[in-house]
Formats: sequence, C-alpha cells, structure tokens
Amino acid sequence: MMIVGSALAMAGLILMPLVVVFHDAFAEGAGRYLQALTEPDAIAAVKLTLLVAAISVPLNAAFGVAAAWAISKFEFRGKSVLLTLIDLPFSISPVVSGLVWVLLFGAQGWLGPWLLEHDAKVIFAVPGLVLATLLVTFPFVARELIPLMQQQGADEEAAALTLGASGLTTFLRVTLPNIKWALLYGVLLCNARAMGEFGAVSVVSGHIRGLTNTLPLHVEVLYNDYDSVGAFAAASILAGLGIITLVLKTLLEWRVSGGLAGGRKH
Amino acid sequence: MAANTDDTLALEIRGISKQFGRFPALKDVSLQARDKEFLALLGPSGSGKTTLLRVLAGLEQPDTGEVRFGGEDFLALPVRQRKVGMVFQHYALFRHMTVAQNIAFGLTVRKRSEKPSRAEIKDRVAHLLELVQLEGLEQRFPSQLSGGQRQRVALARALAIEPKMLLLDEPFGALDAQVRRELRRWLRDLHERTGVTTVFVTHDQEEALDLADRVAILKDGQLIQLGQPNEVYEQPATPFVFDFLGQACRMPGLVEGGRLRIADWESEAPKDAPQGAVEVFFRPDEVAFAPADGAGLAAEVTGVAQRGPDVRIDCRIEGQVMELEAHGPTLPPGVAPGLSVRIKPLRPMVYPVA
Amino acid sequence: MTDRFAAAPIVRPVTDPWPRRARLVEHSILPGFKLSLGITLIYLSLIVLLPLTALAVRPWEIGVEGILRTLTDPRVAAALKVSFGISLAAALVNAPLGLMLAWTLTRYRFPGRRIMEALVDLPFALPTAVAGIALTAIYAPNGPLGALFAKIGIKTAYSPVGIFIALVFIGLPFVVRSIQPVLEDLDKDVEEAAQTLGANDFQRVLHVVIPAIGPAILSGVSLAFARAVGEYGSVIFIAGNLPLKTEIAPLLIVIKLEEYDYAGAATIGLAMLAISFGALVVMNIAQIFLARRGRA
Repeated sequence: MMIVGSALAMAGLILMPLVVVFHDAFAEGAGRYLQALTEPDAIAAVKLTLLVAAISVPLNAAFGVAAAWAISKFEFRGKSVLLTLIDLPFSISPVVSGLVWVLLFGAQGWLGPWLLEHDAKVIFAVPGLVLATLLVTFPFVARELIPLMQQQGADEEAAALTLGASGLTTFLRVTLPNIKWALLYGVLLCNARAMGEFGAVSVVSGHIRGLTNTLPLHVEVLYNDYDSVGAFAAASILAGLGIITLVLKTLLEWRVSGGLAGGRKH
Repeated sequence: MAANTDDTLALEIRGISKQFGRFPALKDVSLQARDKEFLALLGPSGSGKTTLLRVLAGLEQPDTGEVRFGGEDFLALPVRQRKVGMVFQHYALFRHMTVAQNIAFGLTVRKRSEKPSRAEIKDRVAHLLELVQLEGLEQRFPSQLSGGQRQRVALARALAIEPKMLLLDEPFGALDAQVRRELRRWLRDLHERTGVTTVFVTHDQEEALDLADRVAILKDGQLIQLGQPNEVYEQPATPFVFDFLGQACRMPGLVEGGRLRIADWESEAPKDAPQGAVEVFFRPDEVAFAPADGAGLAAEVTGVAQRGPDVRIDCRIEGQVMELEAHGPTLPPGVAPGLSVRIKPLRPMVYPVA
Repeated sequence: MTDRFAAAPIVRPVTDPWPRRARLVEHSILPGFKLSLGITLIYLSLIVLLPLTALAVRPWEIGVEGILRTLTDPRVAAALKVSFGISLAAALVNAPLGLMLAWTLTRYRFPGRRIMEALVDLPFALPTAVAGIALTAIYAPNGPLGALFAKIGIKTAYSPVGIFIALVFIGLPFVVRSIQPVLEDLDKDVEEAAQTLGANDFQRVLHVVIPAIGPAILSGVSLAFARAVGEYGSVIFIAGNLPLKTEIAPLLIVIKLEEYDYAGAATIGLAMLAISFGALVVMNIAQIFLARRGRA
C-alpha cells in the first residue's frame, strides 16, 4: 500500500510536470517544435545561458576549492562564522539575490550614477546576469567539498610534504585526485542551477529579447505571449538539462558511494 | 640491545616547548639520540609524545627550543627538505594511488635534475617491496590491503626517500594483537638491516621495552626519564614511571638511619633512599613468600588462582588486598585461603611522599 | 635520568624565535593558507556581503516610519501573509508525504525503486520556470487535473490552492532527503524489540520510529519552508497574481523595482529575510528539544 501511495504521489506530483512539458512542446508536431527552437531569439537565449554558466560555474568552482582548502586544512578563528556566511545564499530568495544587485548597480543604486557616467551597464545587461547567477549558485561547490575534505583531514598532504613534495605538487597530485568526484558533483549541481535560474536573473535582466533573455526568461516571455508550443519547446531543453543532471548525479552517487558529502541537495 | 648503535650523536633536542592555545603540549624537553639508535617515546595520551614526533618531522613548529640533526639546524628546514621518513598513525597512504605509486611518490616529486630515471624508480620500488615482503601487491590500492600490509607500504614509502631518520607514530596502534607482535619483531629486524636512526611513539610500555634501544618516558609534556629498557624498568625515576611500566603494589613506609620500615617489617633501605616518610613500590611478581614465623610483611591469603604456570595469590596486607604473583617453584607449599604468611618484597623502590 | 647524554649540561636557548602571540592559524604546515583564505574572503565579500549590506542599509533611507508604512500597506501585508502562510501549509503537508516516500524508498525493494529514488530530486533539477508553466498547464481549468478538480468545484490554478501545489512540489525533496538517511540508520533491532514486546505496526511506528526521526522531519520541513518562502519561478505562473489574494512577496519586490521604489523593494526583501530567520530559529529550538527527548 505504501508503494502504491508513493508511486501515485510521484507520478501525480513530480513526474507529471515532466511529461506535460514534452507533451505540450510537441502538441503541434515535431516541425513546429523545431521551428520554435531555431528562431533567432531562442538561439540567442541558449547562447546567453551557456555564456552565463560558462563564466559563473568556473568562478564558483575555484572559490569552492579555495574555501574548502582554507576551511578543512587549517584551524583559525571565526571558521564557523565563515561557514555560515558561505551557506547564506541558500537561505535567500532568488528574487532578493537579484534585487541586491539592482540596489548596487541599478539606475538608483549606489553605483548607478557612476556607471551611467562611464557608460557602463550592469543591470539589464550580461554582467548583471552573471552576478545574480554567481550569488545564487555561490555555495554549491564549496558545500560539497568542505565536509569531504574535513573528513579526509590533512594527513595525506602532510605525508606528501615529508616525502619532499612542494605545496603545489601536493595539491595537484594528492588533494585534487581525492576530491575530484565531489568537485564534479558540485560543479554539476552548480551548473544545473546556473542554467535554470529564473528568479534572480529575471530581476536583473530587463527581458530584452535576443539580448538579455536567458533560456528560462525566454520561456516566460513566450508563455506570457500565449505561445504555448514555443514556451514548452524552450522548456523542454531545460527539462532535458534537468534529466541529464539527474542521470549524471545518480551515476556519480553510485560510482562513489560514501565519497560524496551527499544527502544535502538543493 | 644497543649492539648496532655507536656513540655518534645524531639527534639533539634542546629545550623544546610547544603550546596549543592554552594547552602546553611540550614543556622544555631535551633529549638526544645516537646514530642508528632505535628510540621510543613512551607516554599516556596527552603526554606530548606525538607532538614531539611532529616537531621532529617539521609538521609542528615549537615555540622555543632547538633541534639539530647531524649538527644541522633542523628547525630552519621546511618539512620537505628534512628528508625524514614519517609513518603516520593511520598510515596516510594516498588512497587513489597503487602500492607502487605510493612508494615511488617521494622519488617522482623530486626536481627534474635529481629525479631518478623510470627504470631506477622501478628497481627501487621492487627492492623496497621485497624488503617489506609485499612482492606481487604493487598494483593493489590501499583499500585492498590489510592493516598490516598498509603499515608496511607506509614504511616502504618512507624508506624510499632514503631518510636520514625514520619517525613512526604509534606504528602498531591500529593493528590487532597477533599482527602487532609479528610486526614488532619484523620492524626490529628491519632496523638492524637498514640502520636508520628511528624514533617511534607508543603508549604501550611492553612494545617500547621490547623494541627500543632506549626509552624516553613523557608525562604532561615533560620528559620524566630516559634510559635503556632494563634501566627504566628496574630503576623507575618516579612513582609514575614505576606505575606506567608494569603492575605496581604500593605501601607507605619510613626510612631512618639506613633502615626501611614498612608496617612491622624492617629491612635495609635501598641506596640513595630519601629520609623520612616514603612510598614503597614493588612489582607483584617480585616477592618472596615465607611462613608466618619468617621475615617479611604479615599477610593473610584471601584467594589463590592458578593461571598457567603462574599463580595469582590475593593477600591482605595491613588491611589492603593485593594481587601478588608467584611462579610454580617459588610458591610455598600449602598456600590456601586463610593461611597467614610473610611477604618479602625483593626489590622495593622508595620514593618521597608526594 | 640515568643516561649519560641526558646528564650533559643543557644550554637553555636565550632567543625565542617563535614569540607566543595570538596567531590566526593555530598550527599547520600546509602551504596556501593566506592565499586560499584571502581568495575566500575577498570573493565572499564581493559576491555575498557587499550586496547584502545594500539590502540591510537601503530600507532605512525611508526611515522607520517609511518602513512601517511599506510593511503595513495592505497589499504588502497580504503578500507576506500569502507567502508565509501557504509556505507553512505546504511544508507541513510535505511532512507525511515525504515520510511516506522516504519510508517506501528505504524499507521496500520493488522494480523501479532506483528510478523513483532519482526522480525524488526532479524538483531540484527542474528549472523553476519549467516547473511553473508545467504545473500551470496541469492545474489550469482546462488542464488534465485542473478540470478534474473544477468538476468538484475546486479552483486550483490561479488561486491559493495553485500556490500551495507548486510549493509542495518544490519542497518535497527537502523532506524526503532529510528523513531518508536517518531512516536508513535507524536500528532495525529497536523496532524488532518493540515487535517482540507485542507492539503492533501502528504502535511501533508511533512510539519507536516517529520519535527517532522527529528531528529529521522537522529539519526537512524547515528547509522546505525556507525554500518555499522565497520561491518565485514555480509560483508566479500558477498563482494568478491577484493583489491581496494570490500575490506572493517576491513578486511584490519585482513590482516595486519596476516602479523604481528601491527602498520599498529592499524593505520587503529584508522583512522576508527577518521573518524566515525568526522561523528558522524557532524550528531549530524545537528540533533541539525533540532531539533531546529522543535521546532520553
């Protein structure tokens, strides 16, 4: 009975939206579907989404590695405060994560007038999208790495040093191989969120078609224009991204059971 | 035991102190080790022995003091230039590398000009595997090895860099009793063959006394006694050392005019015994039994238990029940509960009352 | 000291090369501390702290009075009530729902379990906008389930019920994933012991299982709640966004921004943060209380 109930809940609540996306995307046939995806605005949105992710994911990954190194290998005061601050973006509404950048760089933001003077644009432009995405996906990699590296301790690194390895060699040949799967896992989740983020980027984007619309925003615009097939076609790409993420994530979890911090997903 | 050490000083540690926050881990520790010596740092947990070992490795910097090795200022050298082979308590093997890669690591990370060729490294690894008796396991990963095998890989990895000194942190701590004993002999043999000055940390007195050329006993960050195993066992410098190195019976006593009095029994006081009220320590198996009208401490037998060749005899002496031990031949005939006997400690140690 | 080497007079070092001062790093010989901590702090300041400072500071431009006026504005108050109220309802409904799923996944072996296991995370992996339009399509009056509900007179999409459904959807994985590991670790022995003592299934679950996983349920519920309060993408399509009725607080922030009322937008943002924080503190206290009772 439990299983039936669970299966019903899964199907009705969770699986059905996924089915609907593809069903409605192909409501008027494959031709219309392809047409919706190949129109210039859609292609521009895909490109912009990739660009934003390509900038923000590596930055947050590099930060995650640095933060995890500092936190897990050293003892210093204020560590728990630092950990809390790193987690902070998870508890902020995506809209607020966009809002704060407008408060800084918007027309009436602190730095708005200065930007205007120098003819630079952050809000309603790509830099704003990147900043909003950075804030939203900030903790992903760090949160995967920190518990794992804390659990691994610093013994292997110490051993490498006594054997004559330099700091960099130790990091590249001892630390990095030990965390590669967790790093990949964190990057995967970070990327999924970066490409799918809606609330934060919607605040800073300005919804300029072909210019500042990422794929999720493109979905919104089409949907509000009552272009159901177009909206769901674009959504199907994002849903595909979600499925690929889930599959890779599951594979990674099987591959390194226990080697991941796991259990905490966002 | 000290057969293969000569009198050249290798390691000199002077006045090392180290504080972790408010906790003093080491307080003004000084000791020396001879070339090729096998030195044990023995103490209960929290005694500072591991910290001292990590200072030698360069994994900790002391607050004050000096460490010299072969006359060279060791503290001025960073870890990677000290060339000490360290075997960590939990081995710290690189889990993503094979046994062979682990052993070769110290060679492959050398500067290009000093790096041995591939063939040389391979030879060296093969030789070391043979030395630690792990031939055929070179392609295994650490997770596929038993505890004892891991320990030997860690040792081979440390020896690969041809260390000036070998440091072992609780080398048998994570192994079960059987493997422990085997490896102990084997490690001693290995030391005879390689002749590397070795310092090892342990909390197991039996291990330290059995293996080491000399034993340094630490407590609360201070060096209490340093000496050869038989010296420290037979002449413990303090009650703590006496207690730590084996079973102990303790009784109050009095030293006056070269005589030691315990309860109603008087005997000649040990040489250099302090005057006045003292604490007398003796080992439960270093006693002689005599009939009730003989010489010694008046005692009443309360229990007898045969344990293989030894017999445990519980005696009440001065209202205090003590578990004594006797070997078959030394046992007086007719010992049974209720019998009155005399007990004579054969080698009592006398310490001033704390 | 019986050793003749140790008996040699020892010269006390006069210099103190490592003066005992308060050090940031207690001890470690690994390199890269300053570099990695430096990167961490600078990056954290730029991406998180600086923007959040703006959020904390800007509301005060309109003074305490302005803040109060903004928050007591009927539309804002209604939006906050909608956001927090429906979020709480959704999070609470997720408790039994999540427990059922977690129970099924840990206690039964059946075909398709692994797929179900992976699919639990779909709400995490599916971009919120996609979930939003898909849920709307399902629960709209002409959608497959919406039509069903309409027949029995319940309006789902474009009503508070729609918001509730979306928030249940996005919150469910938090609850399942919080409970699951605890349920897996739960000692089968304890349950079996209860069984041998004559407890029936229901009593067993009520007296043995629920107390043990109580803290985990609560933790999952608070995570789901926190996420739901801030949720935007999956809600705005299905909500209908009628002022005073189905307008959520994040949407009001967007509207204020479009009106260039930065201080007003920041006020709502800060208020949301403050209320969420307060709610989390309460839940944490409850969790500690539960955990203590579970141990006793």
